[in-house]
Amino acid sequence: MPGQHVLDQPLALHPRVALRPEPFGALAYHYDTRRLNFLRSHALVALVRSLSDHASARAAFDATGLDAARWPAYAKALEALIASDFIEPRPIGSNNTSQELA
Amino acid sequence: MTALTEELKLGLDAPICLTWELTYACNLACVHCLSSSGRRDPDELSTEEAKAIIDEMMKLQVFYVNIGGGEPMIRPDFFELVDYATTNGVGVKFSTNGSRISPERAEQLAAMDYLDIQISIDGADAETNDRVRGEGSFQTALDAMDNLRNADFGPFKISVVVTRENIGQLDAFQALAEHYGAELRLTRLRPSGRGVDSWHELHPLPEQQVDLYHWLLAHPMTLTGDSFFHLNALGDENLPGLNLCGAGRVVCLIDPVGDVYACPFVLHDEFKAGNVRDEGGFAHVWKESDLFTELREPQSAGACSSCGMFDACQGGCMAAKFFTGMPLDGPDPECVSGHGEAALTNVGVEARPQSTSNHSKPVIVSLGPTRV
Repeated sequence: MPGQHVLDQPLALHPRVALRPEPFGALAYHYDTRRLNFLRSHALVALVRSLSDHASARAAFDATGLDAARWPAYAKALEALIASDFIEPRPIGSNNTSQELA
Repeated sequence: MTALTEELKLGLDAPICLTWELTYACNLACVHCLSSSGRRDPDELSTEEAKAIIDEMMKLQVFYVNIGGGEPMIRPDFFELVDYATTNGVGVKFSTNGSRISPERAEQLAAMDYLDIQISIDGADAETNDRVRGEGSFQTALDAMDNLRNADFGPFKISVVVTRENIGQLDAFQALAEHYGAELRLTRLRPSGRGVDSWHELHPLPEQQVDLYHWLLAHPMTLTGDSFFHLNALGDENLPGLNLCGAGRVVCLIDPVGDVYACPFVLHDEFKAGNVRDEGGFAHVWKESDLFTELREPQSAGACSSCGMFDACQGGCMAAKFFTGMPLDGPDPECVSGHGEAALTNVGVEARPQSTSNHSKPVIVSLGPTRV
């Protein structure tokens, strides 16, 4: 959708990404690009995991009860994850497309 | 110092980077071999025991494992184990001297997913390489690279240990990698294993370290396994990477008999945390062992605490200090401010720790000839 902000789109964790819980949040591994990423808060991990249940990232922000003052920081984190392909837009109408790998 | 680095120092629930040496058997006898490999150990893990380790990695979500040796492809069950790991979500990157990568094996490797290959060379020409790795080993490695390219394996890695003798060849290594569509990986020479003696002749000189730092900054895509963070004290700009000693915190090593060491460069009783055959297996060693618990506690900067560069270099590499007989809470022997060099001259040969895990063949391994 041209012109639409990426956070207004339906998003999901890339199906080839696995999350491993860690004391600081989670370690993300992308099986296709073989890249590691650090999700550095538990709130961010919960948000990322919930993306596929919501129509957009903003809806997911709302649902997790995240303080609006912290939205910009989390939006920035999500944009970085999109840029590195850990999170991707999902087709409209689909949900729960993410899948945990062993 | 980032908050992330501070968090990583406290240790992770499972390693990020797990090195697993499958066998001590090797057809080469490199003068700087970290594991003093040569002969197979009769007590090496069986195929079933090795598969049980892979099962545990799946459970711990260790996403990939770095397989080495010895020469790992010598193990008769090598393909069986790699296949078992990669089809169960544990990616494999393995290091090899290339001697077993025939055209047929290259085809077989090219057909596998989640597999990376690192071919080791330590010189950009036969003369420089073979002096360290043995007669004919350069050509063997090139043949393996040709075979991988002909089999359309895709981008593999060329892995080089940086020495005093090959540091002038960095551009040549880069050109070789580009020729093969490969990625270049440069790592630091450690005085571990058989390197305990050869390190003193081969480690880069101070002015060479400066050149290396600038070369790495100019070539940020070069893979380094974060091994050069001691060079960060040379300038305002940090090399890419985590900039910390990951031993027992984010990395560890499993050796061919199942012993778990804090990192691939400290195969010595002092840094042995346990064995995968012990009750509780690898997970217990990683999470509960006294050694790893200790390594995750705040470490004293010791003699380095008054140095303004400590935040940049973190005191350098634990293994480099240990195997040169220097205190662990002091400067790295290759400290770029020169503190290590001074301290090193006061340490006698007798202070260097003797290897506690030597599988060298009963021949004298020394640097090969050099043309005058």
